[in-house]
Amino acid sequence: MLDRRELLLGAARLTLLAPCWPLALAAAPEARFVLVILRGGLDGLAAVPPYGEPRYRALRGALALDASGGDGAAAKLDGLFALHPGLATMHRLYRAGELAIAPAVATPYRERSHFDAQDVLEGGGAAPRQHADGWLNRALAELATAGARRDAVALAERVPLVLRGTFVASGWTATRLPAADEDTLERALALYAAVDPAAAARIEQALATRALASGNDRRGGQLPALMAAAGRLLAAPGGPRVAVLEAGGWDTHANQGAAQGPLAARLRALDAGLAELAGALAGEWRRTAVAIVTEFGRTAAANGTGGTDHGTAGAAFLAGGALAGGRIVGEWPGLGPRDLLEGRDLRPALDPRSLFKGLLAGLFAMDERALEEVVFPDSAAAPPLPDLLRA
Amino acid sequence: MLSIEAAIAANRFGLGARPGDAARIGDDPRGWLLDQLAAAPAAAAQPESAAILATLAELRLARSARKAQQTGRLEDVNRDAVREYARFVREAYRGQVVRRYAEALATDRPFAERLVRFWSNHFAVSADKRPIAALAGTFEEEAIRPHVVGNFADLLLAAERHPAMLLYLDNAASAGPRSPAAAAARRRGGRERGLNENLAREILELHTLGVDGGYGQEDVIELAKMLTGWSIGSREGPLPGGEPGRFHFRTALHEPGPKRLLGRKYAESGAEEAEAALRALAREPATARHLATKLARHFVADDPPPALVERLARAYLESDGKLVPLYAELVASPEAWAEPLAKLKTPDDFVVSAYRALDYAPGDLRRFVPVLTQLGQRPFTPGSPAGWPDRAAHWGGGEALLERIDFAAAVGAAVGDRVDPRALAGEVLGASASARTLATVARAESAAQGIALLLGGPDFQRR
Repeated sequence: MLDRRELLLGAARLTLLAPCWPLALAAAPEARFVLVILRGGLDGLAAVPPYGEPRYRALRGALALDASGGDGAAAKLDGLFALHPGLATMHRLYRAGELAIAPAVATPYRERSHFDAQDVLEGGGAAPRQHADGWLNRALAELATAGARRDAVALAERVPLVLRGTFVASGWTATRLPAADEDTLERALALYAAVDPAAAARIEQALATRALASGNDRRGGQLPALMAAAGRLLAAPGGPRVAVLEAGGWDTHANQGAAQGPLAARLRALDAGLAELAGALAGEWRRTAVAIVTEFGRTAAANGTGGTDHGTAGAAFLAGGALAGGRIVGEWPGLGPRDLLEGRDLRPALDPRSLFKGLLAGLFAMDERALEEVVFPDSAAAPPLPDLLRA
Repeated sequence: MLSIEAAIAANRFGLGARPGDAARIGDDPRGWLLDQLAAAPAAAAQPESAAILATLAELRLARSARKAQQTGRLEDVNRDAVREYARFVREAYRGQVVRRYAEALATDRPFAERLVRFWSNHFAVSADKRPIAALAGTFEEEAIRPHVVGNFADLLLAAERHPAMLLYLDNAASAGPRSPAAAAARRRGGRERGLNENLAREILELHTLGVDGGYGQEDVIELAKMLTGWSIGSREGPLPGGEPGRFHFRTALHEPGPKRLLGRKYAESGAEEAEAALRALAREPATARHLATKLARHFVADDPPPALVERLARAYLESDGKLVPLYAELVASPEAWAEPLAKLKTPDDFVVSAYRALDYAPGDLRRFVPVLTQLGQRPFTPGSPAGWPDRAAHWGGGEALLERIDFAAAVGAAVGDRVDPRALAGEVLGASASARTLATVARAESAAQGIALLLGGPDFQRR
């Protein structure tokens, strides 16, 4: 019997070997690119559970998700993969052909330090500190030199490495005021209670409402609001065409939860952010590609504290109306004892640079020379993934 | 440190104390206020409404011209032109916001500046109606600012004749039922032209007599007829003529014949009819009471003492609508110097006074737009011709106050340890600070937190 995995592997190899390099693709002049960096190492097996893998339940234990189709269960994508129940928007996009999932992505970096792994992911090389600037910055500088300048914005407190370099990107911090810290709030409340008790009571009530509105949970942070802001910026005429966002909190060593819990809350925030982004982009969504990446995946098995430890390959998501989605891209290495890297991590099947090259070529008509020599030098081992975008 | 009266002068009458105000105000706070009224507050040079309207007309023209030329990709071309138009409006709006708040943060005549804002809110136009977004700031500069220390009738006329008002309250195209333009439209059998009562109604209800000012629906219609023809010059359109973007009287829209307003007859006199009506409205006792009530509500209390309102109305009528004697009566009134400070700052007051207190401006003054939007008072956008509410009940909700604390924390973090919050409390609240506020600020864990507690705390919310 030919199992689902073999089929997938075959399909993936075919696409990788496809000879057609998308040089001929005309660049959509108004294409948008959004890069979301999930810092801390997203647990790909939690986000995209391979429920059809025989060893899935045994490895994941309490972290395993139910994909039986019931309420609150992971939503199936096919006979092998499902999506975490918090990723409803992603599921909808997948069904609409606007989301592609790469389940086993890793940079060439094989150690397990967050900082070095992020440095490699953003620098675009093969080892930490190989580049002092970011691959996206090099791409934008190259485009500007070629007379096809795209403005870029980092929705972050400081411009992340991926966007640092000779090309000047703008920074943008939340227009939404950050909430005052708890200690300041407590002191302010005590002061109001003494001077203006009626106002103090109203503020207390508002605080309770805020807590309710965020599901008693501040862990979602500002990501949905930031992604909405990114959408508005990118939709604006004359606005930037490239945006970079980052979100922390994915380093789930303990009690990460399954369908509910801290990780689920973050996934929901990410998913809500994607919906906000698509909504704010409105008509421009169809010209948009979003890449959601993390520095590494986590251990295939749950650890002793209800979490997962630093691993190697993890999931990456490509979303947007410009995507030729509704499919899994890259190979699936499997969860068998010999499939795992060092017996513990998901084995890398796809270099994220293959995704980035494919996106840059398709969105901005960047040519092979620029991609291979300037943006990602010495990356022949990571050929561009073709046909990522709709023709 | 500010004396209690200096604190009231700076915070209630002005836009918020700045460090050094104790010396500026000295020991005669009333004199400091009245000295500011010697001349109209200075207006900065900026593109005026006529130029803005001319550009908007050109952009609209370019849109339709290109539409006609390129039949192939009509949709795309059209969308570009729409974007161009939107971009121009947005940039004009932001430029006017920047100018307004730069002035508010820097002015040495904060009482005069507050009066500009008071009247701008009395004659509210709102930027949520296009193309008012591009004109709300120039309206304030051109129609309000030059007249705040003049005569109310002149202020009234300037406001009602300004293109922003004529557009906002739909008078520019209002046609008398028996006007030549309406007759021509009937003959052509196309879109009918008729009377628009909007401006007339708001003049009576909001700008002059007040809602209980003793007028009826008949008066609204009659005033609307008198206002027909008050329009804006343009080169294009169904009725070209006049200087583009400026007030222009279109005889073709004007309702002919005599009219009657509040029992008084007005003979047909074209453009002068409505002017005569407005000047008469400015002299009505109901107008005096309406203006006195609003002024007292703004400066003294949400429900101002009736005796004060009565005195203000009398001062207004006795000076035949001159505004400085009205303000002088207010400044001389003991009610205006009462403690504790009864008025809750609006978000605009709050943000402006916070920056003034710190003698600090955000690097990009366009930030006032998102910040004030979040705090609930987007610049130039009251959303209705009634203007922003002037009552605490509207602004004092828990979430609103919580957001002010958030803002204060952010500003405190931005200023960091550049400012000693204990000294700042003396400089901006002075003798009006409660002991509890001073103690809380002194015990803060950092200068930034002290600033957050001072500016986000209850004393600073009052004026």
